[in-house]
Amino acid sequence: MNATPAPKDVQLGMPRLPAPDYPADVKARLAADAEEVIARYPDSRSALLPLLHLVQAEDGYVTRTGIRFCAEQLGLTTAEVTAVSTFYSMYRRKPSGDYQVGVCTNTLCAVMGGDAIFEELKEHLGVDNGGTTDDGAITLEHIECNAACDFAPVVMVNWEFFDNQTPRSARQLVDDLRAGRTVEPTRGAPLCSFKETARILAGFPDTRPGAVAATGGAGPASLVGLRLARGETPPGHADHVVSPRATADGPTDEAAGPTHEEGE
Amino acid sequence: MTVAAEFGGASRPHAGGPTSPEKVLAPVLSAFWDAPESWTLETYLRHEGYEGARKALAMAPDDVIAYVKDSGLRGRGGAGFPTGMKWQFIPQGDGKPHYLVVNADESEPGTCKDIPLLFANPHALIEGIVIACHAIRSSRAFIYLRGEVVPVLRRLHEAVREAYAAGYLGKDVLGSGLDLDVTVHAGAGAYICGEETALLDSLEGRRGQPRLRPPFPAVAGLYACPTVVNNVESIASVPAILNKGKDWFRTMGSEKSPGFTLYSLSGHVANPGQYEGPLGITLRQLLDISGGMRPGHRLKFWTPGGSSTPMFTEEHLDVPLDYEGVGAAGSMLGTKALQCFDETTCVVRAVTRWTEFYAHESCGKCTPCREGTYWLVQLLRDIEAGKGRLEDLDKLGDIADNINGKSFCALGDGAASPIFSSLQYFRAEYEEHITGKGCPFDPAKSTLWADNDAHLGVNA
Repeated sequence: MNATPAPKDVQLGMPRLPAPDYPADVKARLAADAEEVIARYPDSRSALLPLLHLVQAEDGYVTRTGIRFCAEQLGLTTAEVTAVSTFYSMYRRKPSGDYQVGVCTNTLCAVMGGDAIFEELKEHLGVDNGGTTDDGAITLEHIECNAACDFAPVVMVNWEFFDNQTPRSARQLVDDLRAGRTVEPTRGAPLCSFKETARILAGFPDTRPGAVAATGGAGPASLVGLRLARGETPPGHADHVVSPRATADGPTDEAAGPTHEEGE
Repeated sequence: MTVAAEFGGASRPHAGGPTSPEKVLAPVLSAFWDAPESWTLETYLRHEGYEGARKALAMAPDDVIAYVKDSGLRGRGGAGFPTGMKWQFIPQGDGKPHYLVVNADESEPGTCKDIPLLFANPHALIEGIVIACHAIRSSRAFIYLRGEVVPVLRRLHEAVREAYAAGYLGKDVLGSGLDLDVTVHAGAGAYICGEETALLDSLEGRRGQPRLRPPFPAVAGLYACPTVVNNVESIASVPAILNKGKDWFRTMGSEKSPGFTLYSLSGHVANPGQYEGPLGITLRQLLDISGGMRPGHRLKFWTPGGSSTPMFTEEHLDVPLDYEGVGAAGSMLGTKALQCFDETTCVVRAVTRWTEFYAHESCGKCTPCREGTYWLVQLLRDIEAGKGRLEDLDKLGDIADNINGKSFCALGDGAASPIFSSLQYFRAEYEEHITGKGCPFDPAKSTLWADNDAHLGVNA
């Protein structure tokens, strides 16, 4: 037979070989972490979600090796672990950027400008939903409601809050991230990488000095009612006159930088 | 005022009642959110922190349950079930471990109260956990926090650490003999996990899919043991009730909806934010004290408690925002997430987006919800794009009717709510999309910056 050789990626219906294991030193380190996570629960299987965050902290996404590791630690099959990992949207299935930029496009944020911000970023970064920039810095996604509607439109970077965004401020934000400049959220700690964030999600507290206290107490919108109840006017809202808000091209106060807050 | 009499709330502010913010609002949970380092144990203790727990721990567990029941506190997560009664359902002396699971998976569109609460004042929740666990005789509590809010996760980690170090958690809490361990558990992105039985499956390390009830969690919850699942705000409200008294609590709100709560104002309003006050405030009052809609615009439609609660219009501005008042007007108080949209907003666009959300978040377990939400999205996208037919409107209602009440959990009911209510109030706008073969609205006019652009002449 002189048939044309089959292309390499043709699936012949054979089951894939088991995923390779982590190198011994990595496995030992992760196993120690896993033991600590499992000890938090009366039933070991409850540790599965944190362990998936943990392997994501190691690899940047949930690899087959990571799934094998979770299965071994918990006495589950890789199929059982895969079934769980594919249910939840925070577990990535492919390599992605250091910074996950999520634009809320649920109804309220979308109407308030989230749709415009998302369109702007897609064009500016040259990627579609779920796409990663060539330099590996940014993965762009639209996300669902993130419980910050009073700060709409909201952008999340590695699950820190960037409130009251505009197309221009969001563009500046991703430019800063790609240039390696320090970027601070409006609510949350100075950005760490996606992998480092995943480790916090696995239940290992952020030990960076000042991380817990960063950006102070409640955000300005959270305090509006409290200030009114005390007979004060909300910040920047003398006599209920609405303060200058952002324009499509950016904050009215240029000095406010990429993450301006309403009313300041 | 007849409305006030009807609902029995002498002290409840009512339409035409006081309009000064000091009289309308009553910050309790949010009372010191602006204090320096408000999230620390030190600040919390300066504001009578853990006084409620001391009082509760000196009482017999059953007395605590009775006290919370008498206060009339109802669940703040959406359904409004009486909190004390939920605790009372836990069988006692059954020999099984009991669990408290705090639902901090706040993700109902529009809902944004628990996240700022936990960010600014996490110890209110932890103190509430101490009281609740004493009452239901539990030594194990979990806080199931949605994963997408790392700033809050940091503060919960720190608050739990502080509470252990100071003896409010751990062995023999405050010398009471209560041993209590609290685990902070981060979710991984799934709206359905806010549903209590899906949350329990998720916490057990499974796909977050709702369970058929009965058995209810009070009988067979986490690990098939008796479990109380409460919303963050419900549990965080308990310490103030114990500390200041159930009678004080009942001075606010109405007979059936007593107490204070967080109202979250968002959208096209002059001052979006958190407004804490007695139950029964109206949206008109909240808008009056907060500066109203953004200048030059009118309220078109709004949700009383997130996207899953049937929408309201301008004609509902004077509906008392408590469980009975909103229910009588044809919606639900839900999470008190007041998303306000003005006349620039296309209702078809809004409903389409919500429906896409429900289709995305349907867990896939029940056919009516999984398939129904999918087909709703197809129809709505066509209508929004001007490719719909008039008979599609009846079909939308028909599909929504086939989802509503026909699945294990309320996600499907929530998906049907915006369909039914928008067709009820805005059918003409749907028809306009169909007959006019397109959307008559300019989305640029709805944005946060639209009017500033107009001032600058950009869109003028």
